[in-house]
Amino acid sequence: MQKSILTALCAVLACAATSPARAADGQVVIGDIDDLSGVYADVAGQGAIEAANMAIADFGGTVLGRKIVLLTTDHQNKPDIGASKFREWADQSGLNMLLGGSNTGVSIAMSKVAGAKKIPFFAIGAGGASLTGADCTPYTVHYAYDTTALGNGTASAIVKNGGKTWFFLTADYAFGTQLQESATRVVNANGGKVQGAVRVPLGAADFSSFLLQAQSSGAQVLGLANAGTDFVNSMKAANEFGITSAMKPAALLAFIADIHSLGLATTQGLYLTTGWYWDLNEETRAFGRRYFAKMNKMPTMDQAGYYSATMQYLNAVKAAGSTDPDGVMAQLRKTKINDAFTKGGYVRADGVMVHTMYVMQVKTPAESKYPWDYYKLIKAMPGEEAYGSQPDATCPFLKR
Amino acid sequence: MTSVFGVPLPAILGQLMLGLVNGSFYALLSLGLAVIFGLLGVVNFAHGAFYMLGAFAAFVGWQKFGLGYWWMLLLGPLIVALLGIAVERLFLRHLYRLDPLYGLLLTFGVAMIAEGVMHAHFGSSGNYYPVPGLLRGGLHLGFMVLPVYRAWVIVASLGVCLITWAVIERTSLGATLRAATENARLVQAFGINVPVLVTCTYGGGVALAALAGVLSAPIIQVSPLMGSSVVIVVFAVVVIGGMGSILGAIVSGLALGVIEGLTKVVYPEASNIVVFVIMALVLVWRPAGLFGRDP
Amino acid sequence: MRAAPAYLGLLLLALAAPALGIYPVFAMKLLCYGMFACAFNLLLGYTNMLSFGHAAFFGASAYVTGWLATSRGWGAIAAIGGGVATAAALGLLIGAIAVRRRGIYFAMITLALSQLVFFVCLEAGFTGGENGLQSIPRGTILGVLDLNGDTTLYYFVLAIFVAVFLLIRRIVHSPYGQVLRAIRENEPRAVSLGYQVNRYKLLAFVLSASLAGLAGSLKALILGFVTLSDVGQANSGQVILMTILGGSGTFLGPLVGAGVVLTLEEYLSERVGAWATVIIGATFVACVMTFRRGLVGELQQRYGRRRALSAAAPPP
Repeated sequence: MQKSILTALCAVLACAATSPARAADGQVVIGDIDDLSGVYADVAGQGAIEAANMAIADFGGTVLGRKIVLLTTDHQNKPDIGASKFREWADQSGLNMLLGGSNTGVSIAMSKVAGAKKIPFFAIGAGGASLTGADCTPYTVHYAYDTTALGNGTASAIVKNGGKTWFFLTADYAFGTQLQESATRVVNANGGKVQGAVRVPLGAADFSSFLLQAQSSGAQVLGLANAGTDFVNSMKAANEFGITSAMKPAALLAFIADIHSLGLATTQGLYLTTGWYWDLNEETRAFGRRYFAKMNKMPTMDQAGYYSATMQYLNAVKAAGSTDPDGVMAQLRKTKINDAFTKGGYVRADGVMVHTMYVMQVKTPAESKYPWDYYKLIKAMPGEEAYGSQPDATCPFLKR
Repeated sequence: MTSVFGVPLPAILGQLMLGLVNGSFYALLSLGLAVIFGLLGVVNFAHGAFYMLGAFAAFVGWQKFGLGYWWMLLLGPLIVALLGIAVERLFLRHLYRLDPLYGLLLTFGVAMIAEGVMHAHFGSSGNYYPVPGLLRGGLHLGFMVLPVYRAWVIVASLGVCLITWAVIERTSLGATLRAATENARLVQAFGINVPVLVTCTYGGGVALAALAGVLSAPIIQVSPLMGSSVVIVVFAVVVIGGMGSILGAIVSGLALGVIEGLTKVVYPEASNIVVFVIMALVLVWRPAGLFGRDP
Repeated sequence: MRAAPAYLGLLLLALAAPALGIYPVFAMKLLCYGMFACAFNLLLGYTNMLSFGHAAFFGASAYVTGWLATSRGWGAIAAIGGGVATAAALGLLIGAIAVRRRGIYFAMITLALSQLVFFVCLEAGFTGGENGLQSIPRGTILGVLDLNGDTTLYYFVLAIFVAVFLLIRRIVHSPYGQVLRAIRENEPRAVSLGYQVNRYKLLAFVLSASLAGLAGSLKALILGFVTLSDVGQANSGQVILMTILGGSGTFLGPLVGAGVVLTLEEYLSERVGAWATVIIGATFVACVMTFRRGLVGELQQRYGRRRALSAAAPPP
């Protein structure tokens, strides 16, 4: 009996030993909780960590005389892990700012913690517009893109080009549902009709039966309300089953990493909306080439977003003179964002980082002249057109 | 377009076709499981992991060694079977004299290790495996386009199932196996090396799982988690068919694939659990399963 | 009781934990999963029934508690009560079907039925599906004690854990517990002696389910969210792992097992990432092969004095 007590004692002491180290006061701690091994790993993942590190290095490694530290972890697309780790870092490691997400469900869970612990949270890569709507907090900044902008961009371009009837293949969680809603609004507003939709589990292995359902609906457009490897797999399956001969695929969210993976032969002619592209101007090309030198691929808009967000946060801390969350958030809201990511961007009252969004079309193999030359610009949408001119009315803290 | 109960006929036929493809996989997987349970009395929780390892063998064979699909169809099950034999000899063998739950728990642990190693090495998202050149393209069936590869899967799985069934039920080797299931001591007294027989049977069952893995590589994304999602369904199938019955496993596997397909037409979300509903019902009314002997 | 001073020592340690600098949320998680494992052990260790779907009770209760606290605004005690009642009802339903079979068939039924519960949790509106329930308020006890502070909540959870632990000991050492032991040792003889074996098993099942539900309810309040992982197959597997690693025939075993698994997961995943699962799996395999009584069981066997009426039977 005594020895079993001893075992229990050891277990408890081991717990004490594993409690994360108390933060040294002389540090500014930035956290990154993202999908490092799952469906969104290529879109942000390790590349995003690299981008954040690039920003920290470019900034100089210290701010206000304190060393900048980056903590990273993999949330594995589980809200439990994301929220728990965030809370733990906030309680035990003196976290000052969190970057992250990619997964809307996880990001919503993390934004609740951000609100409770008062820690600035840059939601990058997660699309759900509810992050600045029903789920908003005074500390959340939604960077890179959101489902509203995607709907206004891609759906609108396709409907105007004749794709009137739609059937959605939707990833069955917050992101997919919100993306479908946003696209549906645009389709209906432009005189189109949604014939139906099917919910697909995140990370589904086989899309064939869902695609058959889409086919039997007789719609003109196959709306793919998913992302990452889900998008890549559903496109491949659609080709295999000959669905693409009858229905036009609509890539509601696609990243350059996906286009690279699928190849131009499969994706040519696809419309997509992006917040950033490496080949837009000299500044974006310079960043793209720097990133390419380290990672051997061109950055996606999320990865560029991580760089920009980190930079902007550090600048705000410097300008505000401290890491006090309210002071930093006020500073962020005052500043215009002009960097390699965007020009003339600003943080709106509800947390959206309003900036120019670009509607692109994927080039044909013949049109592509050099590696990673994938997009041609169809339309540059000013921020207000993409995100709406008013802050989201459903955001609770704005109502006060 | 003709409809049955308001659902267009092409939709039903399409899902039935896909259901048949899935059913072939279930049949192949449950066959291996039934063989192992029938002879060893072990509920092989690691079956899903071996299935996954088979798929990865094909993937690695292609990526690292440039070995094509047809090579891996033979080599994959062989390599994984060797792994299975190692597990049986080193671990499982020592647990036969104990409560059968220990065998189950051990295979559960082995599955954890196998999945953990693959996850640590390859990440959790799926890897792409190309359809072999000979089997590309689609068959225009009128109500849908069926990729040639999926048609091949149906043919291959059913072929293997048939051969396995024939070997077990119709050959003298099979007879020895079945005898050893009923009375190992007596068979041993006849001079037959029962431990070797048992080891080879485990290897054989594992090889069947790995074969299913190689077959599935071009269809679904090769990911470390692919085993755990399918193993529970396969268990349900085997229980429905009858835990030691070979024919039961094959028939139930096919039938359940088709039933799943039909459910996708009427109530798609429920297609994931229709197997479990049926299993619960079968367990309540016919605990031995549809084809099984009494427990 | 000879064990009393030892348990007291452990209790003192637990009471002092926040002062020792142990992260309260982690400690609460440990108590929570320890409770879950102890509840599971009531079935495995003392009745020899291996349930493969115990997460159904943990998760369903967590969801109901979370929903009652968020949408209905119920206080902590009432919300927990609602969750436990749900778990008990589910336990009755599933148990009534499952206890009629034994061994592997029992395990398979619990597996199938827990998958059904998972499905219901996925599809039902109030659970939030894939997104889960978020921002579950901790509320107050009877409107007086505010549970928002981590330390306050810790003592509340500790109190409940101690109560549950004592309850389990009481059950096992009671006449009812003796009948359960008889059933485990030799079921046909128990039947021939006139005991309604299935009724006893069903009661054990419902008790185990309710206590597992209690653990789930607490989890909902401690962490503030409930997701499908709580009701999924992996969670069922994890509790089996914890109980067997710790020692299925002992009282402290499940708690130690929970501690070891959670600590390993926390400690290892920061250092070796995904290899943590491999190490835990390898430990489990070693456990099944060599130290079948689990950590606590083996230690008891080697160093503990043999007790005349052992509460636990050594595994076969």
